[in-house]
Amino acid sequence: MSSALNEALVFECETGNYHTFCPISCVSWLYQKIEDSFFLVIGTKTCGYFLQNALGVMIFAEPRYAMAELEESDISAQLNDYKELKRLCLQIKQDRNPSVIVWIGTCTTEIIKMDLEGMAPRLEEEINIPIVVARANGLDYAFTQGEDTVLAAMAQRCPESVNKKKEPSNLTDQSNHPPLVLFGSLPSTVVTQLTLELKNQGIQVSGWLPSQRYTELPTLGEGVYVCGVHPFLSRTATTLMRRRKCKLIGAPFPIGPDGTRAWIEKICSVFGKTPKGLEERESKIWAGLEDYLKLVRGKSVFFMGDNLLEISLARFLIRCGMVVYEVGIPYMDKRFQAAELLLLQKTCKQMNVPMPRIVEKPDNYYQIQRIREFQPSLVITGMAHCNPLEARGIDTKWSVEFTFAQIHGFTNAREILDLVTRPLRRNDNLKALGWSKLVKN
Amino acid sequence: MKLAYWMYAGPAHIGTLRVASSFKNVHAIMHAPLGDDYFNVMRSMLERERDFTPVTASIVDRHVLARGSQEKVVENITRKDKEEQPDLIVLTPTCTSSILQEDLQNFVDRASRESESDVILADVNHYRVNELQAADRTLEQIIRFYLEKAKKKNELPESKTEKPSANILGMFTLGFHNQHDCRELKRLLNDLGITINEIIPEGGNVTNLKNLPAAWFNIVPYREVGLMSAIYLEKEHQMPYVATTPMGVVETAKFIREIASILNSLTSVNSALGLTKNVNFDDYIDQQTRFVSQAAWFSRSIDCQNLTGKKAVVFGDATHAACMTKILTREIGLHVACAGTYCKHDADWFREQVLGFCDQVLITDDHTQVGDMISRLEPAAIFGTQMERHVGKRLDIPCGVISAPVHIQNFPLSYRPFLGYEGTNQIADLVYNSFTLGMEDHLLEIFGGHDTKEVITKSLSTESDFDWSPDGLAELKKIPGFVRGKVKRNTEKYARQKGIRTINVEVMYAAKEAAGA
Repeated sequence: MSSALNEALVFECETGNYHTFCPISCVSWLYQKIEDSFFLVIGTKTCGYFLQNALGVMIFAEPRYAMAELEESDISAQLNDYKELKRLCLQIKQDRNPSVIVWIGTCTTEIIKMDLEGMAPRLEEEINIPIVVARANGLDYAFTQGEDTVLAAMAQRCPESVNKKKEPSNLTDQSNHPPLVLFGSLPSTVVTQLTLELKNQGIQVSGWLPSQRYTELPTLGEGVYVCGVHPFLSRTATTLMRRRKCKLIGAPFPIGPDGTRAWIEKICSVFGKTPKGLEERESKIWAGLEDYLKLVRGKSVFFMGDNLLEISLARFLIRCGMVVYEVGIPYMDKRFQAAELLLLQKTCKQMNVPMPRIVEKPDNYYQIQRIREFQPSLVITGMAHCNPLEARGIDTKWSVEFTFAQIHGFTNAREILDLVTRPLRRNDNLKALGWSKLVKN
Repeated sequence: MKLAYWMYAGPAHIGTLRVASSFKNVHAIMHAPLGDDYFNVMRSMLERERDFTPVTASIVDRHVLARGSQEKVVENITRKDKEEQPDLIVLTPTCTSSILQEDLQNFVDRASRESESDVILADVNHYRVNELQAADRTLEQIIRFYLEKAKKKNELPESKTEKPSANILGMFTLGFHNQHDCRELKRLLNDLGITINEIIPEGGNVTNLKNLPAAWFNIVPYREVGLMSAIYLEKEHQMPYVATTPMGVVETAKFIREIASILNSLTSVNSALGLTKNVNFDDYIDQQTRFVSQAAWFSRSIDCQNLTGKKAVVFGDATHAACMTKILTREIGLHVACAGTYCKHDADWFREQVLGFCDQVLITDDHTQVGDMISRLEPAAIFGTQMERHVGKRLDIPCGVISAPVHIQNFPLSYRPFLGYEGTNQIADLVYNSFTLGMEDHLLEIFGGHDTKEVITKSLSTESDFDWSPDGLAELKKIPGFVRGKVKRNTEKYARQKGIRTINVEVMYAAKEAAGA
């Protein structure tokens, strides 16, 4: 990182008193993504209550996840953890017969020091189903980082590439570059879209982590290049580099047309390819967004921070012509996000706007004081704050929607702006009625 | 360990938070890891609350695990004291903090020396009580704290209010139709000439709790929350209480008669209160039953005749399930094949209540057992929680929601009490609508569905025009059903414009980008 960058970027760190989802929420999208998996969350009623309420109606579709609910006798070690888990996993095997059981460790298993990593291999052998252990707990992580812990654990389970020669053997698929594996969970339609974008540049994606099925995990090993699609996957990246000896391509993330183009260009440059037609493609996408851009230009945004997508989204919104006052973020990995930060800085310069302050581990109370002061056009925040802010006449967008909507690639840029402009469009309609402040005093 | 997918009652801290945040100017601080403040989301969403939920977390993270909370909890309490100046701060343990076994009481003692607010530690065991039991206990704890404080300071009221008055205990946030019930109860008491002294906790001030003993008696509308407080007030302050839930015509009458007998017993021992003759609400009950509430007439009307002997299953919290069972059997003439509750701690009371009103009783907090029971009995309608509604959907049995746990649609904006005379009307509608829907469905099935021809002319018949490549078709299948038709049409429209014959994935996404949607 250049020193110029360090000067321009201001990182602050607050108290960490902020609202976010518990990282165990990752089971909600991962069980859908990995079709032959079963997620077992080993925790208490609190975890279960969060899952059943946060995931709403999905709970009724016989999900492939469950709680192993710890009772008082488990906490006080009157019962044997191993026997208990074996009993439950056998039941899961009988009812669902999954290809993998993922154990999600929680705060409670951390505190009572339940040795999940130690038990898993023994039990795996006994019941003959792979057991992957991910410690997605609220003591260490926030929201989307849950996926990071699961994928980092899964990266260890990917088959080793048999051929360790310099030139990989899969020249049969006409690719003239080393194998490329992308990591990050995305809906299968978005996977297809991004794969196609790279194919257009003559780049073959040899696999995704995670794959649609556990049994189809990609081959990893020395000489394999990997690239992330989400900003919150720093542990997975580290695991892929250190444990699986893969080469990490550090690129901005394919969120927004600017991010997507930079992401493709970076991958092309690593493989020594000249990107074709990307500039036209990007400008065509921007042109298609003009109706939304008109709405957002000159407006201001405040990210309270809860899902780690904030830097990429802020960068995209600045490019759209918005002013970002503050980017709150639960955790900032400056190395994994280096390219993204650089692009953010470049974008600010290009659009001639000041750099936003980046606040790690924000304090929601102080942030609300700042929001009152700045009166931003839009606050992107969690559901705990949305209604109270709306009642005070401040437009909000619920941040969790960005994690569930399809926002990656050229094709989905419109989706992001659809989300961002929705409160603006709705409240424009209501403004004339004169009742935007709905609290007394 | 227990394999669990779903639960009826939440963890203990939710109960504590519901009570604490129902009071005005009371702040709760959870000793919890990041992400455990999901309560704020529920309150903000389900209740559509305009104000920030007065709950924050003192985060338990890796450092706390290693070194203990040390100053952190005390700092968070004193900070909140300065920022919000609440009357009371309730330190709320969670399942995580309870196994850390830190001396939270010590933190509370220290913090209360430094802050203007009162500070207490919610006294609930996470592994032994559920949401409802914890709420009951916390409410009692707060009331006890303020009454003992007032006693020490000699601030307790010296006499009863001049006119007969009552406290309502147990109305609180995220309760099933609590706000509507509260309004209905106020109206009912007003009709009876009884003033309301305090409503606790919803909208109440803790500083007013010392006035509780000024009321003549207490009302506990729901069995789950408030009973402990009522019993405490009876023991310490000699206040009688009514714990009959005024739900349904018969129970409402019983509720009113109990009030009458309390008032009469009080006036006879203490004529100094100024009431000379005994109160008698029988005329009022008769008038309301026959002409204000439509439910008595409804059950007599021929519409309701068709419901005679129809089979129903009831499940919910103890209060609502018991009352509903009695209403269905006694007032409408249905046949309740099974009545059940998830309030296992109150099973004896429940059994006693529904004795003679149903064939069998089910006490369980396992929703699969309830589901199995329903599918075995095949009732014509279910009255239960949101979970039973979904069971009903799967089995094609209509369901009326009568109890928490509930979704956002069970927090209606319009006036929908379950208690009192207006409540009887609402319940009658709920029951009737469940059954007519069921009947309509049944008739439709007999006569082979709605008499409408499927509109095929309007849809674009393009099947012959385009070739869909296998990858295109596969991609199309991934698109959710409700938009698939639209995507297909748009893609083909695009392909026609561009003169493309074969549609593959790339064409699909090119079309999507071109359409800008």
